[in-house]
Amino acid sequence: MTTAAAKSLENRNIRTGLMAFAGAVAMLGLGYAAVPLYELFCRVTGFGGTTQRATEGEADLAARMGAAAGGQQISIRFDGTVAPGLGWDFRPEQRTDTVTIGQRDMAIYVARNNSDRPVTGTATFNVEPEQAGAYFNKIQCFCFTEQTLQPGQEVRMPVLYFVDPKALDDANMEGVEQITLSYTFHEAKK
Amino acid sequence: MATTADNFQAHTDDHAHDADHKPGFFARWFMSTNHKDIGTLYLIFAIFAGIIGGAISGIMRMELAEPGIQYLQWWAEFMGGNADFDTSLHMWNVFITAHGLIMVFFMVMPAMIGGFGNWFVPLMIGAPDMAFPRMNNISFWLTVAGFCSLLFSLFVPGGTGPGAGVGWTVYAPLSTTGSTGPAVDFAIFSLHLAGAGSILGATNFITTIFNMRAPGMTLHKMPLFVWSVLVTAFLLLLALPVLAAAITMLLTDRNFGTTFFDPAGGGDPILYQHLFWFFGHPEVYIMILPGFGMISQIVATFSRKPVFGYLGMAYAMVAIGVVGFVVWAHHMYTVGLDVNTKMYFTAATMVIAVPTGVKIFSWIATMWGGSIEFKSPMVWALGFIFLFTVGGVTGVYLANGGVDDVVHDTYFVVAHFHYVLSMGAVFSMFAGFYYWFPKMSGRWHSELLSHIHFWLFFIGVNVIFFPQHFLGLQGMPRRYPDYAEAYTFWNEISSLGYHIMALSMVFFFINIIYAFVAGKKAEDNYWGEGATTLEWSLSSPPPFHQFSELPVIEEHHDHHDHIGTAKPA
Repeated sequence: MTTAAAKSLENRNIRTGLMAFAGAVAMLGLGYAAVPLYELFCRVTGFGGTTQRATEGEADLAARMGAAAGGQQISIRFDGTVAPGLGWDFRPEQRTDTVTIGQRDMAIYVARNNSDRPVTGTATFNVEPEQAGAYFNKIQCFCFTEQTLQPGQEVRMPVLYFVDPKALDDANMEGVEQITLSYTFHEAKK
Repeated sequence: MATTADNFQAHTDDHAHDADHKPGFFARWFMSTNHKDIGTLYLIFAIFAGIIGGAISGIMRMELAEPGIQYLQWWAEFMGGNADFDTSLHMWNVFITAHGLIMVFFMVMPAMIGGFGNWFVPLMIGAPDMAFPRMNNISFWLTVAGFCSLLFSLFVPGGTGPGAGVGWTVYAPLSTTGSTGPAVDFAIFSLHLAGAGSILGATNFITTIFNMRAPGMTLHKMPLFVWSVLVTAFLLLLALPVLAAAITMLLTDRNFGTTFFDPAGGGDPILYQHLFWFFGHPEVYIMILPGFGMISQIVATFSRKPVFGYLGMAYAMVAIGVVGFVVWAHHMYTVGLDVNTKMYFTAATMVIAVPTGVKIFSWIATMWGGSIEFKSPMVWALGFIFLFTVGGVTGVYLANGGVDDVVHDTYFVVAHFHYVLSMGAVFSMFAGFYYWFPKMSGRWHSELLSHIHFWLFFIGVNVIFFPQHFLGLQGMPRRYPDYAEAYTFWNEISSLGYHIMALSMVFFFINIIYAFVAGKKAEDNYWGEGATTLEWSLSSPPPFHQFSELPVIEEHHDHHDHIGTAKPA
């Protein structure tokens, strides 16, 4: 190999090496891109029991579709917990409710701040079974925003929701007689 | 043509007219740019780390020999913590974390890729050295620095006691809000350093293999070991940065108030598991693919036949590498995946059994009708094929989402992955070690001691790990230092096996000492006509700089035979 050939090999090596390294950097970027993509994926597909948000218009449409589909009923179970360290009581007013698929319904949760300082909380949520996430629609929810409670303050917080009648056409929803809606309150991070 | 090595090494050693001219001790070993020296350093480092990681598993088997907590309080005090109950149990978590991280990142990976890869990839493709010799040196010392960071983490507070007690998976929230103190930060930093070293190493291997093959050596004429390292390098390059991203998010979650994995701020701890296993599953193939490559060379050599189905063998490794990236969630069946997701991951995981089966059957077909010699590398290779298949069978079993719901996080899983790693990967490393040790050192090891080492090790690891299948199926969970009394019997047997395994390692070390003190000088091609790749055309040990005149792979050389003299080159 001549000096020129060695030089050309060195250039090719640097080019290949940089390309490989660029691949590694791209994967690093993809690792970070996974954060918003994962959230988007869960929101769109209802993966992991992520519930959906709906407008009033969509709720009206669902109500008509549900009525047309025969007005079947489904049981909803309500669950509320607080993360360790948050000095709140948090529970649903009613444990279960039976609703007509497609019809909007309201559930009330009660939260009380037992600590001696104002605390801002934020609620995470999902439903079980997980395949119901794509069909569980919330029109209004206390979980859409952060909630601040003064010391000793107790509030009743509404969730306005409906179950999408499209669930009736999904084979994976066959045999689902009850959907559990679950919330966990955390102290909001600023 | 005669000045290749000079030109190529010009930036390190511009008076290397003598191919065997070596720099002084410090420059040679601490500032090394020679692929063989760096390979040696990696092997010594891996043996050293393996002793520590293996000693830790001894502590664990000692504690698990009987129900109840026997020794952990003593260890907690020894490591500088309180001897209270919580700190003692924390020590257990520290041990399993250190054992896992050391064995994966500082024993198997440095030995396979850094050690054998560095030594034999350039030799087998007929290259004078790696493409970036200085970067090679950086890779090694980054790995050493990572190891130091991990060891350092053992002596600083990790929340409940000294050390990082988070498992090799470093799951959030245990690793974020669950472990205060700097130990987990040091452990994470250790992974950063080792990961950076491996990424640079992978870049180096890819460049070397693509650009520096001897004239005439097409990709389809490369030895299978080189193929295996090439696929491994791609896996490293694509998987490790994802781990780097995930653990960097852990660091910022821990120290800078981000909430990537904290639901209170809109994050999701499950996302960490997805990211970790997107790295973690390719990682298990990173640990075994170079072993596949070595086994292919060894089985062919000692059967005196070309490997059966060369292209199938090469592309089976490529297929394992590709499919390995789309099966990660089979490690997290119990996080709450819906049925369809589980179905996909079950099916995709089982698909991997196909290329793996291609490899197992091709090794058997290579031996079929061959003139087999049961030399030390071959017995280790046969042990590998048998035991890796056992681990593969339990792997197919565990691939089922429904079955995994029952045995997830039990000793059945521990038994499975030790059959493929502590028997698969480790057997292949010992096979490679005995295959190439005389080539690397120029001295013969004792075949008798190698065989004693093999049989004791074979019996020992089987006695350790086979009973763990029973324990797992009976429901004994992993990651606990204590267990219900009903599990005592098989735990006693398992701990007994550890002693047999430890005894076998005595023979390994005696063997190395014997070789250097009294070992016969090794010939150039001491395995004879079955050994046909380019490293056997060189002296044992090879000259400090080899292939100053590049070897030429002629038309008549096929993928197997690179040094035959049917037509003089």
